[in-house]
Amino acid sequence: MAKVPVQFTLNGSETAEFIDSGSTLLHALRDKIGDTSPKGGCHQGTCGACSVIIDGELRLSCLTLAENCNGTAITTTSGLSEGGVLHPLQRAFLDAFASQCGFCTPGMIMAAKVLLDHTPNPSRDEVVQALSGNICRCTGYEPIIQAVLLAARANSQNAA
Amino acid sequence: MELRKNYFADVRKDDLHEIGQDRPRSDSPGHVTGKTSFFADRNFPGMLHLKMVRSPHHHARIRSIDTSEAEKHPGVARVLTAKDVPHNVYTILILIQVGPEDETVLADGKVRFKGEAVVAVLADTERAAQEAAAKVKVDYEVLPAVFDMEEALKPGAPLVNEYHGQNYYLYDSGECRKVRFGDVEAGFAEADHILEQSYQSSPIEHAPTETTGCVVAPAGNDRFTCYTNTQAMFFTLDNTSIILQMPGSKLHFVGGTVGGGFGGKVDVIVEPIAILGAKLTGRPVSFIYSREEEMQISSPRAAEKVVIKDGVMKDGRIVARKVTGYTDAGAYSRHSPYGAQKGAGHYPGPYTIPNVWIDTYCVYTNRTPSSAMRGFGVTIGDFALEVQMDKLARLIGMDPLEFRFINAYRDGDMKAHRQPTEGAALIECMQEASRAADWPVAEKYMAMSSYAKGA
Ligand code: FES
Ligand code: FES
Repeated sequence: MAKVPVQFTLNGSETAEFIDSGSTLLHALRDKIGDTSPKGGCHQGTCGACSVIIDGELRLSCLTLAENCNGTAITTTSGLSEGGVLHPLQRAFLDAFASQCGFCTPGMIMAAKVLLDHTPNPSRDEVVQALSGNICRCTGYEPIIQAVLLAARANSQNAA
Repeated sequence: MELRKNYFADVRKDDLHEIGQDRPRSDSPGHVTGKTSFFADRNFPGMLHLKMVRSPHHHARIRSIDTSEAEKHPGVARVLTAKDVPHNVYTILILIQVGPEDETVLADGKVRFKGEAVVAVLADTERAAQEAAAKVKVDYEVLPAVFDMEEALKPGAPLVNEYHGQNYYLYDSGECRKVRFGDVEAGFAEADHILEQSYQSSPIEHAPTETTGCVVAPAGNDRFTCYTNTQAMFFTLDNTSIILQMPGSKLHFVGGTVGGGFGGKVDVIVEPIAILGAKLTGRPVSFIYSREEEMQISSPRAAEKVVIKDGVMKDGRIVARKVTGYTDAGAYSRHSPYGAQKGAGHYPGPYTIPNVWIDTYCVYTNRTPSSAMRGFGVTIGDFALEVQMDKLARLIGMDPLEFRFINAYRDGDMKAHRQPTEGAALIECMQEASRAADWPVAEKYMAMSSYAKGA
């Protein structure tokens, strides 16, 4: 199968790879580049486990062609903590017990990050809406909602 | 909401100071940073992808299988059928002597549910495996199928599973698990009221966010490392050893990280065939259920039917309970004979009833095999029992919580299956529930205790 080059910034690092034309970004990230933080729960756009941030927007990497990502800046959950310090959302997910099996967690954190980047002090309804594309079968969602609100509060305290 | 935590204070002298405290989980830092290694995060050079050809019929005889076109498909490394599996007919509970072996790893001559595994295709890419799987030709003779437990138990119903010879599991006690305690008919004769109701449930899928699967890598020394999300590591290892006729020392299982299980990952369903593929090709193999397979093929909680007949006195005492329970195993046993047996022990519920009669059947139908799920064997039974308790209370015009106090088991009471009650805390829990829910009950019930009779 014909290989095509892709090149983008992944969590701040220049990244290039040859992939099969037609590969999904999820496949390229996990199986070629080795960033396994996005998870494949359905490969059909229904679970949100594969969520990543492309140029500031939340995207399902299982429905995104890798070759369409040339020149973009991609963020995944594995790139959030800096110098071993957890991102406030990661901290909040820990403190609020928002992660049980952990499989949905990287995708949830991506969805929550895009929300807080645009809406630093969201209402509960806005949190629910922002997470509505992400399925969690373990927590019952409430601890996740609380974690996002907790991270928002922590951010605004730091800013104040 | 503050709840008391000393329900067992009279019997437990241990220091329970950890209960109610927040403690960080050891695996959470890995989860929130995306560093936790799930089985599918393992990737090996040259890894093959396994796709299963599945039965489109609920019940059919296989006249022939033609894999020649699939084998020629570009990228295909190997195609496996029943004859490649050393010990193809197995049952997982054989490890605890619950037989007979009744299920095929790959279908041999017959399929008994829609979605049953027939042929395994291993190829360089998922896509090649999928395309080749579509080229496998299976000639089926469709047979009549049965989907309803009561239909399956009728004479003349299609026989689902020849390894059993009849559409129910044959226990050492006969066609069902039986509990006999006191004289149930005498209890009904003495009762002021009798209430008979039946309750039914449908199968429930666990729907874990991570689908079932494993990744196998040959270690180069005749050993195989299997990264798996099984919830039953040693069960899977031992069954794989039987199915592949390989000593356990050749099998190295790595697991423990499960992306949601809920009982749905206790069947031995992907590892044996993936390891066989790795053994026959010498290459790493990945076998991961698609979301569709997870929803359609992986075993759900069993459908159940529970018929409860109770005799109750005007003063609130239940004097007789007769239960007939049916567990739909689907086409194969897996854990269902055990689930149905658990139900038999459980049906009196946490209540002391002097006359009890219980039959529980494990029934075979042409539905997806069912298996473990969170309290299987008792969860649906508890739903039925507690709805029945409310109905009984209404029937005699009694408060439903007070009605439960009257019948609650207490330490020393003999249960119907001849186990004396120990460590009961139902009364204390109900007292706390009464306070927390602001559902007051008469003072005499608040003075009761699980430890001492009286009141
Ligand atoms: S894997 Fe992309 S949405 Fe489920
Ligand atoms: S923590 Fe298991 S799916 Fe969300």
